[in-house]
Amino acid sequence: MSARDKAGSAPESDAGPLHGGPDDDYTPEQLAGMDKEALNRLGARYDGVEVLHVDPPPAPGSGLEKQAERQVSLAFGLAGLFALAFAVVYFGSDWFLPDWQWTSDASGWSVFYTPLLGLTMGGALAFIGVGLVLFVKKLLPHETAVQDKHDGSQFDRTTTAATLMGGLDKTGFPRRKMIGRSLGFAGGALGLMLIAPLGGLIKNPNKGNPLGTTPWAEGIRLVRDDGSPIRPGDQEPGSLETVFPAVEGGNLAADAATMLIRLRPEQMAVLEPREGQADFGYGDYVAYSKICTHAGCPVSLYEQETSRILCPCHQSQFDVIQGAKPVFGPASRSLPELPITLDDEGYFVARSDYIEAVGPTYWNRERI
Amino acid sequence: MATTAVSPGQPATKIGKAATEIDERLIVAGPLRRTLNKVFPDHWSFLLGEIALYSFVILLLSGTYLTFFYDPSLSEVAYDGSYAPLRGVEMSRAYESSLHISFDVRGGLFIRQIHHWAALLFVASIVVHLMRIFFTGAFRKPRETNWGIGVVLLVLALLMGVTGYTLPDDLLSGTGLRIISAIILSIPVIGTWAHWAVFDGDFVGDVIIGRFYIAHVLIIPAIVLALIAVHLLLLIKQKHTQFPGPGRTEHNVVGNRLFPAFAGKATALFFIVFGLVAALAGLVQINPFWLWGPYNPAQVSAGSQPDWYIGFLDGSTRLFPAWDINLPGDYTIPALFWPTVVVAGAMFTVLALYPQLERKLTKDTASHHLLQRPRDVPVRTSVGVMALTFYAVLWMSGGNDLIADKFDISLNAMTWVGRIGVVILPPIAYMVSYRICLGLQRHDREVLEHGIETGVIRRLPSGEFIEVHQPLGPVDEHGHGQLTYGGAPVPKRMNQVGGARRAVKGFFKPIEQPSQVQLEAQQEQRGLEAAEDDRRVGSGRPSDGGRPQDPRD
Repeated sequence: MSARDKAGSAPESDAGPLHGGPDDDYTPEQLAGMDKEALNRLGARYDGVEVLHVDPPPAPGSGLEKQAERQVSLAFGLAGLFALAFAVVYFGSDWFLPDWQWTSDASGWSVFYTPLLGLTMGGALAFIGVGLVLFVKKLLPHETAVQDKHDGSQFDRTTTAATLMGGLDKTGFPRRKMIGRSLGFAGGALGLMLIAPLGGLIKNPNKGNPLGTTPWAEGIRLVRDDGSPIRPGDQEPGSLETVFPAVEGGNLAADAATMLIRLRPEQMAVLEPREGQADFGYGDYVAYSKICTHAGCPVSLYEQETSRILCPCHQSQFDVIQGAKPVFGPASRSLPELPITLDDEGYFVARSDYIEAVGPTYWNRERI
Repeated sequence: MATTAVSPGQPATKIGKAATEIDERLIVAGPLRRTLNKVFPDHWSFLLGEIALYSFVILLLSGTYLTFFYDPSLSEVAYDGSYAPLRGVEMSRAYESSLHISFDVRGGLFIRQIHHWAALLFVASIVVHLMRIFFTGAFRKPRETNWGIGVVLLVLALLMGVTGYTLPDDLLSGTGLRIISAIILSIPVIGTWAHWAVFDGDFVGDVIIGRFYIAHVLIIPAIVLALIAVHLLLLIKQKHTQFPGPGRTEHNVVGNRLFPAFAGKATALFFIVFGLVAALAGLVQINPFWLWGPYNPAQVSAGSQPDWYIGFLDGSTRLFPAWDINLPGDYTIPALFWPTVVVAGAMFTVLALYPQLERKLTKDTASHHLLQRPRDVPVRTSVGVMALTFYAVLWMSGGNDLIADKFDISLNAMTWVGRIGVVILPPIAYMVSYRICLGLQRHDREVLEHGIETGVIRRLPSGEFIEVHQPLGPVDEHGHGQLTYGGAPVPKRMNQVGGARRAVKGFFKPIEQPSQVQLEAQQEQRGLEAAEDDRRVGSGRPSDGGRPQDPRD
């Protein structure tokens, strides 16, 4: 017993736990003479763990134990059945079961395929978990153990500091300043060298003014998504159509989408275009950029009774009869207006590119 | 005798011999025993972090499966898969391969939905775990480092979510990507340069999905994995915190040893979490991106929402007023910069520095291993509730268009509700939770002093009615309890102190001896009753120890 106490009280002082157990204190014969539980407790003590008390599991052969065993086995058994069912559904579909693939009428087996996979796999995994919980709760002894918690020791701190400082003294770096400085210089330069390849990511955003220009230019037709051009008579008053520049890939360009709006007569009566842009429209048609000036979403909900265009991302609202000025929400700038006219054949064309950058605001937008 | 064949202590069984062979080479017996003997405190809230860990394991497994089929390419192809409504539509390879996973890979949709649900659970469990750590003060010295790592893990989890959300390249995620692009552009001075570095040019370019993909499947997960390893190593090194209670001190951990009890419970939790995610993945559809169609910069769907964990940023963006700052020289700080970069940056910076802030303000520099109940630290608790209220208003505002639609409220009114709410609700939440904390503290002390309300009303000989109170421990001559508050929960109901007897077990017929159950119950009661035996006198008033005397004439 005295040997045990010694192990429990000073486990880390003599050899330290990293260097094996106290084989000097416990001969193989002594250890061989102890039963499993005693060895278990001995090891625990050596690790600073004291088992305070143990609530024993139900007595072997008792009704309580049999009930718990049945419950645990039931859970594990169900888990196995669910797992098998998963395999049957997974492999059996399109073999001896109907096809699992999507069908347009949304009926039959394919509708149940994924739900069944989830149900069976979920059931299998969850029942393993349930079985384990029941096992731990009902069949394992409940032990309450206490483990000591050690803060750092002054001994360790002092000796480690001495070792470090001793090593540093031997290198002589505090004295040999030139080596230290040249090493510092080399370290900094090497660090720079190692991150230098990231420079490959950097490109000049101001080259060619991609942010300030769009595919629109003088004489480019306004076309629908399918490429068809538009005449003034095509739209009802009060309607909106999304148009694109008639260039290759114009309908997929991120900044070209434009809303062609035909105003109603009562809207025309109160139309207040932005300063200097009174002639950008054509007749009762106006064309505004569809790219929100806030975060770049396509603004697309046009409520013609209130003349407002709503961006569904952050609910900025723009007033069509005030030159698409933002009237509510987080957007701060009007939607740019595209100057339009008709070409010789009577189709809508742009008179130029947008005169300002479309899309979200950025640091030097005003300078572009 | 058989034992003479081997020298003492040498194993006789096959497994024992093999284990000895292994240990002679690797010397693992010592560390293994130390690990098996490690004591884990037993409280449900300590499992929240484990849920996050298990979700991450599920994410790694399901995500690896998805990479077998996904192609992060933006080159245009015409769809030719088995989902008829989109056949012939021009789309990116990324979207096409996502459709392929969902419709043409056996069980692919199921795995994809496992991945998505596990991602939602991953972030959710991190947030709840963080709240547990915060409100119980588990971040205090010496665990500030681990708190910081946890906050970084949360940010990385969000980044993983955002990059993963973008990969299908459907209309919804493409709109999200457009907003990410605008947010990067909005950074003062370097915005356009940063955008060109990330997107390799103007929006949308043709590399962004590939870059997000490698960030999503390699760069961020590798960092997360490394940080989780450090997180757990620090946890093992510093040992667990624990709630105050009998025998629990700053210098010990009370609970179960890892093997077998805790290992059994932890494994069970893994299976239950995985099972839950699998069931959700099969039964509850998530992100049916085939309904949105491929991304097109000119199209958007109304009522579109990001995944829940980005909702607060969507909300802050919706609420922030249109305040561009125009600087001399025609430079602009866009309004979008504040609710996204600044709000998110400030939130996570304050969160990461909170342990240091609290140390500075409270001047508490001691090490703490015992947790605090939230009510016992009203200021911290109220600050936390205030922050959560701020977050909740932003989060709710991220769906303000849906609320406006479903409840027939003006959309602009909802925006104003959010704008005003985000300013005035947090301080109100602070004051309310502060009062609640104080009230709970007082009630704890009242119960300690006067005992538990039993619900038993007695009429005294004088005609006065009193409620009988059950003291929790010995009482002084005035009938006041002598227990002091020790930071542990105080029982408030009779059942918590054994007021109800345990039922005899057995479904169809009793499987225990009733007498044995009674014996057990008596044992439980003995401690309580021993302390009271000599105090069964008095009026029965709360002030008199709460036990009524037998009616005397």
